[in-house]
Amino acid sequence: MIGKRVLGIFGFLLTIAGIGIAAGAQAQPVVGVPHDWQMAFPPSYTPVMERLASLHDLLLVIITLITLFVAALLIYVVFRFHASRNPTPSVVTHNTVLEIAWTIVPILILVVIAIPSFRLLYYGDKAFDAAFTVKVTGHQWYWQYEYPDQGNFSIDSRILAEADRIKQKPQIPRLLAVDEEMVIPVNTTIRIIGTGADVMHGWTVPGFGIKKTVIPGRINEGWINVEHEGYYFGECSQICGNGHTYMPIAVRVVSKPEFDKWVEQKKKAAGLIPPTGFASAVIPANR
Amino acid sequence: MATHAAAAHHDDHHTPTGIKRWLFSTNHKDIGTMYLAFSICTAFIGAGFSVLMRLELLHPGVQFFNAADGTPNGHLWNTVVTAHGLTMVFFVVMPALIGGFGNWFVPLMIGAPDMAFPRMNNISFWLLPPSFLLLLLSALVGGGVGTGWTIYPPLTIQQGAGMDLAIFSLHLAGASSILGAINFITTIFNMRAPGMTLHRMPLFAWSMLVTAFLLLLAVPVLAGAITMLLTDRNFGTHFFDPAGGGDPTLFLHLFWFFGHPEVYIMILPAFGIVSHIVSTFARKPIFGYLGMAYAMVAIGVVGFIVWAHHMYTVGMDVDTRAYFVAATMVIAVPTGVKIFSWIATMWGGSIRLEVPMLWALGFIFLFTIGGVTGVVLANAGVDYAMHNTYYVIAHFHYTLSLGAVFGMFAGFYYWIGKMSGRQYPNWAGYLHFAVTFFGVNLTFFPMHFLGLAGMPRHYVDYPDAMWHWNYIASIGAFITFAGAVFWLIFVVFGTLLFGRKVGANYWGEGATTLEWTVSSPPPFHTFDELPHIAPQAHH
Repeated sequence: MIGKRVLGIFGFLLTIAGIGIAAGAQAQPVVGVPHDWQMAFPPSYTPVMERLASLHDLLLVIITLITLFVAALLIYVVFRFHASRNPTPSVVTHNTVLEIAWTIVPILILVVIAIPSFRLLYYGDKAFDAAFTVKVTGHQWYWQYEYPDQGNFSIDSRILAEADRIKQKPQIPRLLAVDEEMVIPVNTTIRIIGTGADVMHGWTVPGFGIKKTVIPGRINEGWINVEHEGYYFGECSQICGNGHTYMPIAVRVVSKPEFDKWVEQKKKAAGLIPPTGFASAVIPANR
Repeated sequence: MATHAAAAHHDDHHTPTGIKRWLFSTNHKDIGTMYLAFSICTAFIGAGFSVLMRLELLHPGVQFFNAADGTPNGHLWNTVVTAHGLTMVFFVVMPALIGGFGNWFVPLMIGAPDMAFPRMNNISFWLLPPSFLLLLLSALVGGGVGTGWTIYPPLTIQQGAGMDLAIFSLHLAGASSILGAINFITTIFNMRAPGMTLHRMPLFAWSMLVTAFLLLLAVPVLAGAITMLLTDRNFGTHFFDPAGGGDPTLFLHLFWFFGHPEVYIMILPAFGIVSHIVSTFARKPIFGYLGMAYAMVAIGVVGFIVWAHHMYTVGMDVDTRAYFVAATMVIAVPTGVKIFSWIATMWGGSIRLEVPMLWALGFIFLFTIGGVTGVVLANAGVDYAMHNTYYVIAHFHYTLSLGAVFGMFAGFYYWIGKMSGRQYPNWAGYLHFAVTFFGVNLTFFPMHFLGLAGMPRHYVDYPDAMWHWNYIASIGAFITFAGAVFWLIFVVFGTLLFGRKVGANYWGEGATTLEWTVSSPPPFHTFDELPHIAPQAHH
């Protein structure tokens, strides 16, 4: 009896593990979504965001101290120098040392902020060793992702209607699920270049430390390197008309082999891989 | 100090009545009153828009902003957002602080009989109502203007005919501002009472002088930009259209070259008002008067060279961004000087917590919060996580909705006795302050959290996880609006109809500027004989 029960539990655990592995192979965990009562940044998913969040931590300490300092001074003077306690006002209207101090000290604080701030700014600016480029184009009201280094196929990423989301991707929160996510490999530096097809849009994912206003007629460059597999979500961040609320940014970060598989599949679908394979790779006609 | 109260009435100074008094007014006090009445009307319309927005955002999903077929109408939402922003900036804050209090008190404070160009003053005001009507019409014509107050092309080029009405509206409001600015500059430079040098001038007059210069230099840039937008829309030019070799980013630069000084235009007069109130109720002259005056000048000057911090994400060169980071952070220094000088003015004073003083203290504290989050946003690297999120909404509502608006209420409670001759009921003033202070913080503080979580602005709906903070913010907005209705009924009408009559200087010896030497309300014509200012005044 006991042996049977142990076997049963063992089998049950095996089944769970099996489902887990299967699910892991099929789909990534939903990582980059807001949570209830969230009061702070999401976790940092990229190296830029790690530095961004650490500078923000420093700033938060500084601004909280300044605000508390001002609040404490206000409360103190109102009590200490209330007319009932201090019926005769002083006539002091100058104090050179004090005036110089409250000019110099803020400057010093700003220098303390500025140094890491410039470091972060230059660090996040451009990728010098990107593995490949993804071109992001904002349309009214969906996103298009092109993969010029993988044969230049392109995917459109549109929000799923609520009924379809419940059927197809119930694990993804309302307003964030799309039909086709932008897919990138994990731990890979990817150059993002963005432009707008019609009006300006804003491409961003909270926790990635990147926000690019994509503008018709211009190319705007940035980079990401996501450290863990999963689904990550952002929302269009530049007012772009009627569907502004309804063009979420969805990024699926996968393992490198899985990314290669996905690329092959997309290339095939786009007719970029002829059935005969590598030998008959397309050669430009003018060669 | 003034040696003459100058309240004498002569037979040749007859007071016009009815349509002649108001429509054809050339009297700075009457024009100031019209500006204040106008901005009270527009404030309730603009606040009404925000209540509509907070009602929609009370719960996830789209409850009210739906098209006829039940699908969400994002454009209608954007239209209401745009109307809210443009109304508040151009038709509430500017008319109240500059047109209202500026017209009323700049001539009184500097001992001038009126503004330099009284007829121009009249047209400055009377351009505003048609301008505001055009703005309201723009929301109804051609599907409305759903672009946000920053009216970025190419989205503005796509809009219907309402956009043209909005552009005309801004042209008229801009012309009104420019004329007003010329008037203030001329008045302050040429019509100060004998003995009142610039360095003896009250700080509110200083704040209006700096504001007027900012208006004069910034508003024509907006006028040019929206004219180019107009010709892009209607006459085949391509200033901002890449298909014709134009660049949308050009508009952003032009807009923010105007737009950043504009936000200081909205806050500087409040700085001036708060200085007077703090000094009056601490019964102490302003600490570091020259520093206070030149801090405002510095804010005005530096305000012109920081505009691109509104557009860190558009793909400017990284060195350019680095410059704008540095320049923007510099603003914190003169602002800090002002905050600390206000506290130092109170230090050693004999403080009375009258209603205007509470609003001024509220202003200092809340503006500090708005200021420090501005320092956070100044860092381009950090701004990428916050640009166009609710963090920015929280930041600029702390500086404007809780800064400029607190300055307006502070000025209202400080001067309503002077303007109307009747004093507000104290209990109502305290209650209004308590409700508003609680309400606005409940509204705007949680928006910092929403912004950090990544909620973008101009959104009619949000993921369900963002519900709680949105719910709290909405409740705060309803409380604030209830406070405003209470203010209108009990404070405004209560004071005007039933207020206790007050004398010339009802605040006592702390109130030292010239407006307290004339009766309350002041006679139709003041300073028929110019007051003389003794050298020790204001030092």
